[in-house]
Amino acid sequence: MSGVFVVLAAFLASAVEMVEALTIVLAAGVTRGWRSSLVGVGVALLALACITALLGPALTLIPIDALRLIVGALLLIFGLQWLRKAILRASGFKALHDEAAAFEHEVAAAKSEATVVRAGLDWYAFTLCFKGVLLEGLEVAFIVVTFGATAHQVGLAAIGAAAALVIVVGVGVAVHQPLSRVPENTLKFAVGLMLATFGTFWSVEGTGAQWPGSDAAIVAILAVYTVVSFIYVRLLRTQRAETLHATLAQGRT
Amino acid sequence: MSLLVGFARFWYDFIIGDDWTIAVAVVVALVVTILLVHVQVGGAVWWLVPLAVLAFLGASLWRVARKT
Repeated sequence: MSGVFVVLAAFLASAVEMVEALTIVLAAGVTRGWRSSLVGVGVALLALACITALLGPALTLIPIDALRLIVGALLLIFGLQWLRKAILRASGFKALHDEAAAFEHEVAAAKSEATVVRAGLDWYAFTLCFKGVLLEGLEVAFIVVTFGATAHQVGLAAIGAAAALVIVVGVGVAVHQPLSRVPENTLKFAVGLMLATFGTFWSVEGTGAQWPGSDAAIVAILAVYTVVSFIYVRLLRTQRAETLHATLAQGRT
Repeated sequence: MSLLVGFARFWYDFIIGDDWTIAVAVVVALVVTILLVHVQVGGAVWWLVPLAVLAFLGASLWRVARKT
């Protein structure tokens, strides 16, 4: 059962980050040319492969209880960051991420920059794509390596990430525009919930405490976190509506 | 030196993000769980971390709502 969750979490997290990276690469490629942009992508992927190849085996050397405690705590903190932002977006306290707007912003920025050629490459396009893919990819690498190592299923996590890569790049190449129809905010909500769930499960196991029902507790934690998150969204929406109402009433008087 | 500071800041932003209180709450809840497991209660303290997580997440969200 946890294998399915590992693949799903790796797939969703990777898809979200790859959609964002694709927007940056498309903007650079369309406005500055594809050669320098794709070289930037290639170098970033190489750097990510090196980081993953170093981190993955290193993590497997740590004893399982210590690994679950430390990596679980990191995943929990990292996942709560995603979940917090997702709840704030869903309740209107934070602007929704809009790939079309992000694409327009990147295109305008790329057009306004002068061309500087270094090592035969358009340096702006190269660095933009390198940074974009490396930073978005680092989150994917972090999730895949920590999930995979802690669940002893690095292969499954990698399959989830690879599937996301194939689908996002395939669709991106086919439509040749940012994937603004992907429900990114909903996906981020789901990923935040899954990271927080697994982070909680593993870190508590690492302390020596025992979950009632063993692995079945994962489903219960996910259910509780989901319900409470939706309650938070509802409460925040009510609070926001009341504040707007009060502000409007004040403006009238 | 500035490289080290930049490196540390990157990881801080990457892992912890906007609200450090949630990270502190997670660490404190885990430390208390370890103490309870090893000192007296045994393995039945699984509820402490999820409870702390939900409480501090709620408090963090509430602070944002009040500020806005």
